[in-house]
Formats: sequence, C-alpha cells, structure tokens
Amino acid sequence: MPVRPTAALSALLTAALAASALTACGSGSGSDPNTVKVSYKQSTDNSVKVMDTYLAGIKKDFEKKHPGKKVQFVPIKAPDSEYYTKLQQMLRSPRTAPDLVYEDTFLINSDITSGYLKPLDPYLAKWPDWSRFIGTAKAAAQGQDGKTYGVPDGTDTRGLWFDKRVFKKAGLPLNWQPRNWNDILAAARTIKRKVPGVTPLNVYTGKPAGERATMQGMEMLLYGTGDGRSDPLYDSGSKKWIAGSRGFTDSLKFVETVYKEKLGPDVSDALDPNFATAVNGELLPQGKLGIDLDGSWLPQAWLPGSGHEWPDWSKQLGLAYMPTQNGQAPGKVSMSGGWTWAVPAKAAHPDLAFDFIRTLQTEANAKKWYIANSGISVRKDVAADPSYATAQPGIKFFTDLVSSTHYRPAYPAYPKVSTAIQEAMESVTTGDASAQQAARTYDSTLKDVTGGQVVRK
Amino acid sequence: MNARRGITRALPLTPAVVLILLFLAGPIAYCAYIAFTDLQLTGQAHASFVGFANFRRAFRDDAFLNAVWLTLVFTVLSSLVGQNTLGLALAALMKRASKPVRTLTGGIVVTAWVLPEVVAGFLLYAFFRREGTLNAILDWLHLPRQNWLFTLPILAVSFANVWRGTAFSMLVYSAALDEIPAEITEAAEVDGAGGWRRMWHITLPMIRRSIGTNLMLNTLQTLSVFGLIWVMTRGGPGNRSQTLPLFMYEQAFQNSMIGYGTAVALLLLIVGALFSVVYLRLLRTEV
Repeated sequence: MPVRPTAALSALLTAALAASALTACGSGSGSDPNTVKVSYKQSTDNSVKVMDTYLAGIKKDFEKKHPGKKVQFVPIKAPDSEYYTKLQQMLRSPRTAPDLVYEDTFLINSDITSGYLKPLDPYLAKWPDWSRFIGTAKAAAQGQDGKTYGVPDGTDTRGLWFDKRVFKKAGLPLNWQPRNWNDILAAARTIKRKVPGVTPLNVYTGKPAGERATMQGMEMLLYGTGDGRSDPLYDSGSKKWIAGSRGFTDSLKFVETVYKEKLGPDVSDALDPNFATAVNGELLPQGKLGIDLDGSWLPQAWLPGSGHEWPDWSKQLGLAYMPTQNGQAPGKVSMSGGWTWAVPAKAAHPDLAFDFIRTLQTEANAKKWYIANSGISVRKDVAADPSYATAQPGIKFFTDLVSSTHYRPAYPAYPKVSTAIQEAMESVTTGDASAQQAARTYDSTLKDVTGGQVVRK
Repeated sequence: MNARRGITRALPLTPAVVLILLFLAGPIAYCAYIAFTDLQLTGQAHASFVGFANFRRAFRDDAFLNAVWLTLVFTVLSSLVGQNTLGLALAALMKRASKPVRTLTGGIVVTAWVLPEVVAGFLLYAFFRREGTLNAILDWLHLPRQNWLFTLPILAVSFANVWRGTAFSMLVYSAALDEIPAEITEAAEVDGAGGWRRMWHITLPMIRRSIGTNLMLNTLQTLSVFGLIWVMTRGGPGNRSQTLPLFMYEQAFQNSMIGYGTAVALLLLIVGALFSVVYLRLLRTEV
C-alpha cells in the first residue's frame, strides 16, 4: 500500500512546524548580556505620553554613560488592575521576567511574599543617594523580612479640593479649612441648600470605584479616627487585621450620611465605573462639584494636550487638608501610595538593572520626572528645590502633607481586604445596610479573606 | 497489511491531534489540576494541594451562588428567549420580505454581530446610561426615564447580548428555512393551514435539528460572555450583574486566587455541559 505523497508531506511539514514553534517557545527570548529589559505601565490613553517620553530620555542618558549597553523597553498597556496581573504572570518565569519592573506599592509586598522580587539592600548600601529618600517612602517598599525591594520614584497625597465659585455662591469662606468631619458635612449642607444643581461633596465609594474608593474614600476617614497615629486597619504588633473597630463604623456612618442626605453625587453616578473621569473632566472644571475628597494628581488631567485643558484651575479651586474625625492630634490626615522600580528575582541582569535605577534617580532626572507627572517628591533634595515646589500650584500643599501621611498595610491580603471595604461602603451608599450592619459583614468577610488572622479592637 | 493501512490513514491526523493535545487538552488538564490547589497569582511562596476545598468554598460563597443565578437568568433571557426567538422571527419575516428590505435588515443585524465585543459594549453603555440614547427617546415620548444600568443591570446586559448575538440565530434559521421543500408548505396552505399552524406543525418540526444546534451554540457562547458585561457594568452595581465569568475574573485576577477562580471556571464548564446534554436529548426525541 503506497503512502500518498501529499499526506506524508503534509504530516511531516506540520510536525516540523509544530516542533519549530515549540523550540521557539523554549529557547527563551534571546537574552543579550548587554541589554537591560525594562517593563513599565503605559497609559491606556494614547494622548498621554508622559512616562514614555521621560523614559526615552533616560535611555539615551544611560546608553551614553554605559557604552555598549542597551535598554529595551517592554511596555504594558493596561489599566492598573490588569497591569498587575500581566506583570505577575511575567515575573513567574525566567523566560519572561524583565530586568526591571515598575511596581505599585499597593502590591509590592504581595509580590515580595511570592518571591518575585530581589532584595536591593547590597546595592542600596553602596548608593549615596539612598540617604536622601524619606523614611516612610523607604518603608513602603520594605518586605516583612525588613529588606528593601524597590526604589520609590515618588508618591501621592490626598486632601480636599473645593470650588471657590461654588463656595462664594454658598457664602462660605474662600480660605476654607474644616477642623473636623462635622465642618465638612456642615459646608456640604450649606452648598446643598444655597447652590442647587451642584453636587455638594464627592467621596468615592463602592466596588466600581475600586481602590479609589478604599483609599480616597474610606481610608482618608478611617486613618483620622482613634488616636490618628496607629494603624486602624492592621495591627503590626500581632500581625493581624483589625476587626470591630469603632473608627470603622464611624467612617461608614460618614459615608452613609453623605449619600443618605443626598450631599454626595446621585448614587447611580457614584457607582458608575467611569465616574472618576467625569469628576476630573466635567464636574470640577464646569463648577458642578463643591468639595472633592481626592488625590494630588488631579491637575494632570488639566494639562495642555489632555483633552480638557484648564490652565486657570488654581484660581477656581482651593485646597484644604483632610481633618481628623474630631480635630484630635495630629489634626490632619493623608494617605500615600506611589510606585517603585524593582528588580525581579528572575531577572537576567540585575546589576545592569540597578544601574538603570541610578540613572533614573540622579537628582536632575528625578526632578524632571516629578515635574512631568505632577508627582510628589520622596527625595528631600528635590522637595527642597524651589524649581520643583513652584512648578505647579498645589505641589507645595501636597508635598507638605507627606510628613503626616499614612501608607497602607499593603500585605498580601490587602487587595482582598480592600474589596471587602468597598463592599461595605457600597452597601451603606445604596442604603442596603446600616453602618453597623455593614461593619459586621466586613468583620466576617475580613476573617474569611485573611485566613482568620483577625484581632478585635 | 490492514494495520499498516490503518496507521497510514491515521498519519495525517497526528499533527492535528498533537496540536489539540498540546494547546487545548494540556491547558484544560492543567486548569483542572490548579482547581485543586490554593495557587495564588501573588502573595504566596508555595502553592499546595487542597483537594475539594475550592469547590466546597464556592458552594458556601453567597457571591458564587448569586453569580450562578445571574448566569442562568442572563442565559435564559438573552440566549434562549432573546437571540433564539428573535433570530427565528427575523428569519421567517425576511423570507417573505422584498429583496431590498432583506438586504438592509440582514446588513444591520450582521453588523451588530461583526462588531468587536468591547465596541458593542461601549455602544450599549452609551445607549443605556443615564444621559444615554434610550432615556433621550423616553423623554421625547414623555415617559419616565430610568438609570437602566443601575436599576435593571442584568436586563440591560441581557438586552445587549440579544442585540449583539441575534445575527447568528438569524443566519442559522435562514439557512434552515430555505431547506424546507416548498411543496410541503404549499400543500399545507392548500389544505387551509394558517400561518401559525404552518409554523407550529410544519416549520418547527422540520427545523428541529437546527433549533437544537443553534440553542446549544448560543448558550455556550452566552455562558462565556465577559467583555460586554465588563464594559457596561463591571458586574455591578454591587454584584447585580456579576455572572460567572466576571465572578471568576474577580477571584482569579483581582483577588489573585487563581486556584479558586479555576475551580469556578470548571464549574462553569459543567453548567455548559449540562445545557448541552439537555439540548442533545431534545434533539433525539422524535416528533
């Protein structure tokens, strides 16, 4: 029985193709000893090229200083949550791990626990610039083992933005500074009464807003309860998460009041996943929002070329720090996050990668970066530089907050804890549960997602 | 000789089989394995085998049960009732329509189908949102407006899926209707059977197999709809439009519990298989 030549040929061909495809997968991506691969988060908005432009300049700088060495960028174009996922998948294997990655402090501890990152202490010890970074920022990139796994390239702080046009109509002072939570609610009630058609106060809430709700919303309240200094979410002494705290219920009550008294945005708007874009792009510029509890980065959205330029914003918007619940010491609250440059445990060229960090973090380059992305400096030398402090209105205000800011307990369970917080907020926002009920549900969810690592306080 | 012949005949199939094993069966087997571990995307140094813990957890998890219920609602509303019935109705109507009408309708329906899922999602988000087209129409008709994505999210996404997926049913049924010999319909007509009777006693029995196939494919596709719902509501508000694929995504990638997410995916596979079995049984019954 003769074999039909075509069948045999096609079989052979396909087998050969499959084999070559497989070996291509297996042989790695051809790591060149002189090339450092750098992954970062590329904006999903095509008109925003801040990071790309900045990094392109650093690449030039680096290649000039290190003859024969090359930088290859592996940008990941994705929204935050998908960026983390993609990055974590890449970090799992030496074939896909880049030499340097851009890590959010939100997840850095999680990734450290997974063994994805390399401790940088031996490098940092020999790097004089490290002493110029402020302590809290250094701590944000520290693992539970006390080693440091990332170099922060800035941070953010949070406060109250208010619209002077609205305040004028409401008869409220233009140098407004609330001393406690009641002052904020009182101002919102006045706006509601005197300036119809304007949303008095925005506090991000619910699962659609994601980490934005947890950090700009709940935590800005929660960290202002109690003594205002110790961490109300996580007890570092017993290494357990805190359940049943009075501050938690009080914070939920604040959110409940905002939405129950209709001081906040319409509930269906607040729970629209795209609401933040509306706040930055429409509500604030159009004078339709009285007070906004939000982050230091807002002016990024109003820069030339952003699609909604608003060069005059600093004339129309005022800034106030977020007060503690009853005005107790230290009086003000801010939360900070930010990003770091980290070296994957499976990186092929960690030395070269650290050299790239050093180029990124020369004083001049760091300053360039802070100014370009409206970032808040974590370097004392840059923070003291007048050309940084005056680069944009508001920078001084938000940089001063760094001294009284809090970092999240970004341990591995944190993302799940954060989701539980959002669910609690959402149920009081919609009126499905009272603050007490929502806090009880949170306590039981907390126990579940942290594997029972809970302490009642 | 016979054995050799068998081998020679099977030979051309090997590459395909190898590829399927490698790229389909391999990942599925790996998924099945992961579903029995506590593997996390991040936050864990080593994964360990946990047996059926993920599955037990799922059935105790209110959010999972909620997702199962919503998946059933979504599938029944949008696939069984919506796409299937509307597709058949369109196909039947188009058979009698004039050529320009047929081309135009067909074109519009198929466009919705050809659009990428995410684009369709954005279009329907724009249609249903508070300042969207639907409310503008309601205003014009002096009817009360609604925030559809907030008050009736599962209905809105079901409608979106009907809008997007009806074309497939329509094409399947158009082909099936064309297969019915004209004599039979004419004979029935001569015997005095009206439109409904012809539909019920002749058309439906004759396209029974197409109905089964179509229902099966529709259902399986609808069960896995993700992008459309993600873009329109992200499963919210709360969990009120969180079907199983979205629940799975949340567990696996947002809470980084890959093991649990994969277990949910396997359960989704089982739901799909159950639907398929039901349809296959329907197909078998003789009229």
